[in-house]
Amino acid sequence: MIIHLKLADYLAMVQHARKTAPVEDCGLIGGRIDEATGEKFVEKVFFLTNTDHSEEHFSLDPKEQFAAVKELRAQGLELLGNWHSHPASPSRPSEEDKRLAYDSRASYFILSLNGGEPVLNSFHIEKRTDVSKEDLRIR
Amino acid sequence: MKLTVNGKELTIEKSINLKDLLVVAKAEQPDYVTVELNGEFVDHSGFESTFVKDGDKVEFLYFMGGGAR
Repeated sequence: MIIHLKLADYLAMVQHARKTAPVEDCGLIGGRIDEATGEKFVEKVFFLTNTDHSEEHFSLDPKEQFAAVKELRAQGLELLGNWHSHPASPSRPSEEDKRLAYDSRASYFILSLNGGEPVLNSFHIEKRTDVSKEDLRIR
Repeated sequence: MKLTVNGKELTIEKSINLKDLLVVAKAEQPDYVTVELNGEFVDHSGFESTFVKDGDKVEFLYFMGGGAR
């Protein structure tokens, strides 16, 4: 599955995650899905509150989630998935990430700040166990 | 009766509770969703006792969280 992200949105995520570190940063991604190809186009990145305020966990604020989804809908867009940072670990789903991946239609972005350059990957998680990497294209 | 569920119209024959509505609305993991009924949060403990009525607006979304380990 191909998912497109604008460079400006990617850079904004990196900047925000660096400011938030060592606490995990998180949010939602919204946009549109090409009905013919199934490709996802991220048009909006939301920076939401990590209600866990933790360096190793995150939970999105449901109230902020509802507000974001309504905002997307008002713009004719839809929820595509979520994103969170791994301040000190690689860009791959942890066991907890998989266990809490309740929506198999979502794309799960994980932005690693572990070490030098940030690394962002997008994952599809099926049945809360099966992980496959999506083809994330940043432009 | 007509409801609006996640922004889309849904017609059901009779009033049902939120627990059953999540099944009708094809929530993948009904036990892990948060529900808003007409703009107000409904606690999980109220899913069975809360029945929808004509014109209600229901929003549900999945809990989203994780961890680095």
